[in-house]
Amino acid sequence: MVANTEAPARPRGRLVQAVVRFREVGILLFIVGLSALVSLRSPAFLTPSNFNDILLNIAILVIVALAQTLVIITRGIDLSVGSMIGLTAMMVAFTVVAFPGLPAPLVVALGLALGAALGGVNGLIVARGGVPPIIATLGTLSIYRGLIFLYSGGTWITADKLPPSFREIAKGTPLGVPNLILFAVVVAAAVYYFLTYTRTGRDIYAVGSNPDAARFAGIPKERVVFLVFLISGLLCGLAGVLWASRFESAQTNTAQGFELQTVAAPVVGGVNIFGGSGSVLGVILGAFLLGIINNALTLGQINPFWQLAVQGLLILLAVISDATIARRLQGLLTRRSR
Amino acid sequence: MSESTPVMRVQHIAKAFGGVQALQDVHFEIFPGEVHALLGENGAGKSTLIKILTGVYQPDAGEVWLGERPIRFAGPRDAQEQGIAAIYQEPSLFPDLDIAENILVGRQPTRRGAVDWPRMYREAGRLLARLGLTVDPRTKARELSVAQQQVVEIARALSIQAKVLIMDEPTSSLTLHETEELFAIVRQLRAARTAIVFISHRLEELFALADRVTILRDGTYVGTRDLVGVTRDELIQMMVGRPLGELFPKPTVPAGEVILAVDGLGVAGAFSGVSFQLRRGEILGLAGLIGAGRTNVARALFGTEPATAGTIQLAGQVVTIDRPAVALALGIGYVPEDRKEHGLVLEMSIGRNITLPVLGRFARLSWLDEDRERQAATAEAGRLAVKMAGIDQPAGQLSGGNQQKVVLAKWLGTRPRVLILDEPTRGIDVGTKAAVHALMGELAAQGLAILMISSELPEVLGMSDRILVMREGRLTGQFSRAEATQEKIMAAATTA
Repeated sequence: MVANTEAPARPRGRLVQAVVRFREVGILLFIVGLSALVSLRSPAFLTPSNFNDILLNIAILVIVALAQTLVIITRGIDLSVGSMIGLTAMMVAFTVVAFPGLPAPLVVALGLALGAALGGVNGLIVARGGVPPIIATLGTLSIYRGLIFLYSGGTWITADKLPPSFREIAKGTPLGVPNLILFAVVVAAAVYYFLTYTRTGRDIYAVGSNPDAARFAGIPKERVVFLVFLISGLLCGLAGVLWASRFESAQTNTAQGFELQTVAAPVVGGVNIFGGSGSVLGVILGAFLLGIINNALTLGQINPFWQLAVQGLLILLAVISDATIARRLQGLLTRRSR
Repeated sequence: MSESTPVMRVQHIAKAFGGVQALQDVHFEIFPGEVHALLGENGAGKSTLIKILTGVYQPDAGEVWLGERPIRFAGPRDAQEQGIAAIYQEPSLFPDLDIAENILVGRQPTRRGAVDWPRMYREAGRLLARLGLTVDPRTKARELSVAQQQVVEIARALSIQAKVLIMDEPTSSLTLHETEELFAIVRQLRAARTAIVFISHRLEELFALADRVTILRDGTYVGTRDLVGVTRDELIQMMVGRPLGELFPKPTVPAGEVILAVDGLGVAGAFSGVSFQLRRGEILGLAGLIGAGRTNVARALFGTEPATAGTIQLAGQVVTIDRPAVALALGIGYVPEDRKEHGLVLEMSIGRNITLPVLGRFARLSWLDEDRERQAATAEAGRLAVKMAGIDQPAGQLSGGNQQKVVLAKWLGTRPRVLILDEPTRGIDVGTKAAVHALMGELAAQGLAILMISSELPEVLGMSDRILVMREGRLTGQFSRAEATQEKIMAAATTA
């Protein structure tokens, strides 16, 4: 009897369940709706070249937002990402100016190493020192930004000083697609694999979902927390290299304030700000939505004075509609299963 | 059963916290395929014993044997690896992870280094089917009922091939039907030779399920009995049977007029149909097991969790208490159970804590008259003989007993007509306890009406003029001081 009722009830229920589990569906619908509205007002929106622009604009955001997501899933936050990007961008740019012949892979490796060191310091302060992440990284946000001034003496590295090969790191297209986009795709795939298919990745969710139970299950909480900050720094190091390469400059205010966008993208993409859940796809969609909003505001010739406010408004709208759609679908599911 | 070796054996275990001896010379053994109940009042040492068995605490003395050899657990993880699993009252799952992962967390099957999700769902599905839970293993734990979550925890225990499964009051938040389903699973595990340590306050559950029972009292071993051939009265006697000392000096005060009358009081989902009267100069004890709804009654009277049914009369006037400010204005004071959580602002000075509810008295045009505030606080603290460096010392630096005195001083400063005390002497040393008891007697003699919630039977019997007993959200017994015995109270608190 039990076995009988099970089989026929499944297929339809499964489908609806799958849609509901696909939490990103709400934001996807929002993206489609917004795109339709914008293309009505501005025909230039739905063109391949504009699409390419959007992708280029969000590539670095995707990388850093994914780093931020790892930290957020463990119930933390990394406010120092903008400063870590700025500091690595500056140090890498100085190095490249001093050694113009340095091969591109080494330049990237240098950025990764510098970033990992900065992230490791954050990780030690939080995991070993027991300092709450928001406070620890608020401190290093200022410290790392201060180090940029100390290191550079307040000077900027401008495009004319950088060797052309450095520009190619982000802008080259050896595979037909700008490297910048490839970097983002590779990072996204790596983070997805890490979070889904490694025990350490699963531990990240466990620690964020129920820290006490995680400890009881023998998961080394401190090590996990240290690791997410380390990875955050590592990816910020990469982002620093890409940033300097793409904009062909390193300035004392590079990536200042960027941390807010790296938090906004995951939150819009359905990552729980209190930890425990979040998906790579959601973060990418979140970053994409932010990119579209920025792009649309420019194309739609919205008064620049209004742009920031409209951007914030659209973010709020996206989060609210996402929640509403998820609830509706949940309701649909429970009705069906009755 | 006696022909096999016990799977687990505890010998001469002792454990102390600070100066308090929580366990003393406790022994206990459990055989494969046995359901062994642990029985004792709140505070008898059951929780401490479980925490030793699961590797959370290390014993100060004595040994735990697993099979043929003595063992020391490095921690909970170690105990799990040795085959000890525990399920607590409140399930501790990962709400954001699915069922399969909750079962296999930290031990996910891998294939060439990658988590093998299909295999994980197969394994989880098999375990769930064995336990009769027909839920998709991809369901997130947060979507499950408490009963379903417990089944998932049992599945976790099965997956580590637990030799000993400890269940700490697993039925306390289950419905009758869910309880029966849980029992069926326990019997199935027993048939598969798992040893089960089962803790419950509901005696009828022990008779229905357990083979033997070990009774603890005040941290010491009282005895072990087969459940066949023992009566519930015998068990209650073993659980509470201790001489009542002269520790409790409640003077007999002629009770005054009724100050508080409660009729048919209820809070949806917590308790219902509670009626009683409280007179001036009277101490009314409210006994029962943890979770019986006693604290909810207190919270309803104080307005933190307002009543949804029934009436409250104060000095003959029907009153509606929908927030604490109203209760305070009416002269009802409440000293909550958890001092640190609800009773004190630990960082604030002793003086500031004492005057907190009555700051308005020291305000002139909304500016505080600090001199008057300090004088009043000093007077109250002196009256209760709080041992302190000075009135400006942070309350958090005081000992537990002195903190409790500060909380009392704070509420006495409001000049209450009715004072509700929730577990007034939990976790404080004997000397301070006696002082708090003496103070309660004195206050009653001055005409204060006191409602005292206590899980400690000797305290209830020694201090109360009358005793109410609650079980599962209802009043189940009412005794005068003369007719009350520990056995009668325990029976009213546990019998269905």
